[in-house]
Amino acid sequence: MENFTPFSALAGGCLIGLSAVLMMLLNGRIAGVSGIAGGLLTPVAGDWGWRLAFVLGLIGGPLAYMALGGQLPDIQFPVSSPAGLIAAGLAVGFGTRLGGGCTSGHGVCGVSRLSPRSLVATGAFMFTGFATVFVIRHVMAG
Amino acid sequence: MNRIVASFAIGILFGIGLTIAQMVNPGKVLSFLDLAGGWDPSLAFVMGGGAGVAAIGYRLVWRRQRPLLADAFQVPKRTDIDARLVIGGGLFGAGWGIGGLCPGPALAVLALGHGEAVIFMVAMLTGFGLFELFDRVRTKQP
Repeated sequence: MENFTPFSALAGGCLIGLSAVLMMLLNGRIAGVSGIAGGLLTPVAGDWGWRLAFVLGLIGGPLAYMALGGQLPDIQFPVSSPAGLIAAGLAVGFGTRLGGGCTSGHGVCGVSRLSPRSLVATGAFMFTGFATVFVIRHVMAG
Repeated sequence: MNRIVASFAIGILFGIGLTIAQMVNPGKVLSFLDLAGGWDPSLAFVMGGGAGVAAIGYRLVWRRQRPLLADAFQVPKRTDIDARLVIGGGLFGAGWGIGGLCPGPALAVLALGHGEAVIFMVAMLTGFGLFELFDRVRTKQP
């Protein structure tokens, strides 16, 4: 195990959980990023502004953290070739919409309420995530 | 208007959580997915913390008749496991394993000055759009 940071991970995770709870308390919605952001592409009157506001808040989150005196973590892109990034982005975009959720909607919100669909989707993306990294780092790399 | 302000604030909180948890660092995410390498289990604590807080918080929130700023709670009720769920989840995991970014962190890292994040975001939004096209073609068929 390398660079294990359980305390900051748990603290960050709890803040993510808290924002999911606030989204339910205030807006009555699941805090699923792919669903909220994906809905921006098919605008419905009265159902657009809150989505854009959430997305802009998400983009501004790290900047707000810095403004509050926090320090950004190191950010590295182990895969930085345009082809790799484009393949990854297309698969994440299409896959999360096809599967009806991502790490937040299925992995946090859905798992927390033991939704069968979310448990299956989370199992599926964890499995292929582990498998893909194994193939890229330990099979293809020799 | 209140919903828009609330959604922006929730997005900021979510983004700060992702920053503290270091999920904005694709290198960290890929270390978590690399079971056969120097495995970094931190991200399990992020998901565990998020789901734990949501599990407790949702139960408290659902004691109310309705959310504070909307007419009703909108919680997915489907329980069927279909091919779209499994294939979509699997495809998402593969993209996550290539790039180390899922939709939330991909947005949170966008304004931090990394060209890789911009390329990934353009591809992810294209994936969202391709899904809308696919969905329209599929639902038009008899």
